[in-house]
Amino acid sequence: MLTVLLDGLAAGMLLFVLSVGLSVTLGLMNFVNLAHGAFGMAGGYLCVVLLNRLGLPFLACLLAAALCTGLLGLALERLLYRRLYGRDHLEQVLFSIGLVFIAGAAVDWLMGARQQLITLPPWLSGRVELGGVGLGVYRLFLIAVCTGLLLALHLGLVRTRFGSRLRAAVDDAVVARGLGIPVERLFAVTFALGSGLAGLGGALGVEVLGLDPTFPLKYMVYFLIVVAVGGANTVIGPFLAAILLGLVDVAGKYYLPQFGAFGIYTAMVALLILRPQGLLARAAAR
Amino acid sequence: MSALATEGLTRDFGGFRAVADVSLALAEGARHALIGPNGAGKTTLVNLLSGALRPSAGRVLLGGAEITALPQHARVKRGLARTFQVNQLFPDLTPEGAVGLAVLERQGLTGRWWRPAAAHAAEREEARALLAGLRFSAAEMRAPTRSLPYGRQRLLEIALALALRPRVLLLDEPAAGVPPGESRAVLEAVAALPRSVTVLLIEHDMDLVFRFAERITVLAQGAVLAEGPPAAIARDPAVRAVYLGGPAHG
Amino acid sequence: MRPALEAGFWLLALSGFWLMPEQLPLLGQAAIAALFVLSLDLLVGYAGVLTLGHAAFFGLGAYGAGLLAQQGWGEPLSGLLAAALLAGLLGLLTAPLVLRGGDLPALMVTLGLSLMLGEAANKLPGLTGGADGLLGVEIWPVLGLFRFDLHGRTAFLYALAVLFLLFLLARRITASPFGLALRGIRGNARRMPALGTPVRRRLVAAYALSAAYAGIAGALLAQTTQFVSLDALSFQRSAEGLLMLVLGGLGALYGAMLGAIVFTLAHHLLSEMSPLFWQFWIGLALVGLALAGRGGLLGLGAALLGRRA
Repeated sequence: MLTVLLDGLAAGMLLFVLSVGLSVTLGLMNFVNLAHGAFGMAGGYLCVVLLNRLGLPFLACLLAAALCTGLLGLALERLLYRRLYGRDHLEQVLFSIGLVFIAGAAVDWLMGARQQLITLPPWLSGRVELGGVGLGVYRLFLIAVCTGLLLALHLGLVRTRFGSRLRAAVDDAVVARGLGIPVERLFAVTFALGSGLAGLGGALGVEVLGLDPTFPLKYMVYFLIVVAVGGANTVIGPFLAAILLGLVDVAGKYYLPQFGAFGIYTAMVALLILRPQGLLARAAAR
Repeated sequence: MSALATEGLTRDFGGFRAVADVSLALAEGARHALIGPNGAGKTTLVNLLSGALRPSAGRVLLGGAEITALPQHARVKRGLARTFQVNQLFPDLTPEGAVGLAVLERQGLTGRWWRPAAAHAAEREEARALLAGLRFSAAEMRAPTRSLPYGRQRLLEIALALALRPRVLLLDEPAAGVPPGESRAVLEAVAALPRSVTVLLIEHDMDLVFRFAERITVLAQGAVLAEGPPAAIARDPAVRAVYLGGPAHG
Repeated sequence: MRPALEAGFWLLALSGFWLMPEQLPLLGQAAIAALFVLSLDLLVGYAGVLTLGHAAFFGLGAYGAGLLAQQGWGEPLSGLLAAALLAGLLGLLTAPLVLRGGDLPALMVTLGLSLMLGEAANKLPGLTGGADGLLGVEIWPVLGLFRFDLHGRTAFLYALAVLFLLFLLARRITASPFGLALRGIRGNARRMPALGTPVRRRLVAAYALSAAYAGIAGALLAQTTQFVSLDALSFQRSAEGLLMLVLGGLGALYGAMLGAIVFTLAHHLLSEMSPLFWQFWIGLALVGLALAGRGGLLGLGAALLGRRA
């Protein structure tokens, strides 16, 4: 029971880090980016290569994965994404699905279709006994790291000038532009940050979520749920949504394996129908 | 019995009261204007009348029957049509096609899926005649709407409403943004509306209002500030203080 | 010139029967893909409703017709009808959930619903055969006369005939006042209620119609291959359908079919070299098409013809 709780919590935390960037893409630029998971995948593979082939320390790999995917995000935003702002959602959908296919094929070609495995450093593997229950050290590490990120993001959004501008822009991009907030530049930076976080999440998640070329498609639904349910101008909303999703998902797989992912898809549709306010309703009202 | 009336119509957005307790009555065939400074709640009021928005309180009556709960399209079927302050046209359709669509809709035919639209000759002919009456050339009728000059598009905006043969017509700033050279056609179209149509004109342009309207309602901060014939409104000190801000008109 | 072009299109399609006798199964696939894209065009191209889950209807039609035949009723035409009714009914039931206003809810709800259906089929191996696919589908001769043969001759002609008839119907519908109203809704959804159009009701009808078309396409696949796999319900199928549609040109029935045919043939040629290669190119094509904007092949053709004229 406690194990399930811990696993669910860790998975939820990962989902949060992976998807928080998407809430800004959707919320601020009203851009349907189905390729967000590709950044997570990129981070995951970077981490695997650096760790397994070059033998760098795990923490350095995480940092490198975050930085590189952040830069990759920035480059793609400036080169490609920018051209599709304000265009049809259909075109954005096609574009981002195309990116997912390209990324999947490229990764498959370079690394093969098999699941990637990493060897965690000794200080992160094993279990600790806590009140008679064995808890995975890596799960605890994940929860600690992600909680740290959550706090940093929350404070960054609430306390800094960048954060207040970002919130204003997400609330109403037109008014924000009128106030002289450079929405496009703000978005480029945020996109890079979101991609970097996704890369970090992908790297952290290799051990928990798995990693293969289908990663972006497999988790696309999860990211969309987090964003749809969580809303865009806080980090708390997506965080709670991600935790809930992680718990439901892990519990479902643990207790009701015969239903597979059916439960999570049903939950998604039900939530979309029951709670259409928040991000979705606002995007629709535009 | 009024052609169009409201009783205590109110609409709140969060804590902001955009329309406050507005009661209006338009007699059959009236030429009524609604004026007021920016942000007075004119457009919100139009949206409440047309059904695009639901009121927080109050009632809307069309020909004496309550229509407060009816959706937009059902109000149109009962004879209430509107134009938009910002053009709401069909960029890819021709004026002929768009007005033809409106005529087909008036006849209740847009659920039919077998006989081609082009085979509905009477409706098409009616659309052409309507556009010709607004001095559209044959070439203009068959050009994609997006290629037409703004003044023509503004006229098409009115034509779409006229094709519905409304009993009550809400004209939301029909001349807004039309360059002076092209505005005469729009003004003529408004002046030529038959008496059988009751008109509520929402307008900024005082010349047009005082030329056209026989009664004027002044809205300020969402509430009715004054109502009366143009001469009385022009003399009203409260109206001049908040709105006209100068000597009496004319 | 137009009628001549149209006749040429269909004669060329039919001539495949004699010109490419070895490739008839592939051509049959192309006809089925064309019908699926036609169904997407009715919804996305004409009514302007976005979907990421149209495979749900395709798959439902495929499993419906497949199961019907497996359970002992192999008559093909009534199988198509059953699939159309089944898929249309699902469309009718889910339309209110999808058409809540805005592209994002539509995208996400359609995606969610199709994934639900796919996972349900996957987890009910007793009914659907699960990951092994539905086996034992036996189809009786078409009209009691034409037996399905190993070379796919009957299958191809059958699929092409169904495509042709449903194309005629789709053309009729899109040219009708109903079709005009759909174009109006896509052109300006705010104006339509002000013309008195019950927008929601029109869109629900379009959605159910499109669902029924997709269901027939799925049923055709099940009947002509005598097999149904989870593929029929996959996200890949929904996404590829959109690609074919945009490739051919939105809101044009010939464009939709052309896109499907070009896509299916290209798929065949490229994936023979390597499936990875194919996935890469399809991705690149999607990105390129999205960046280039609307129009597709048909738009390109029209532009070329226009320049020449």
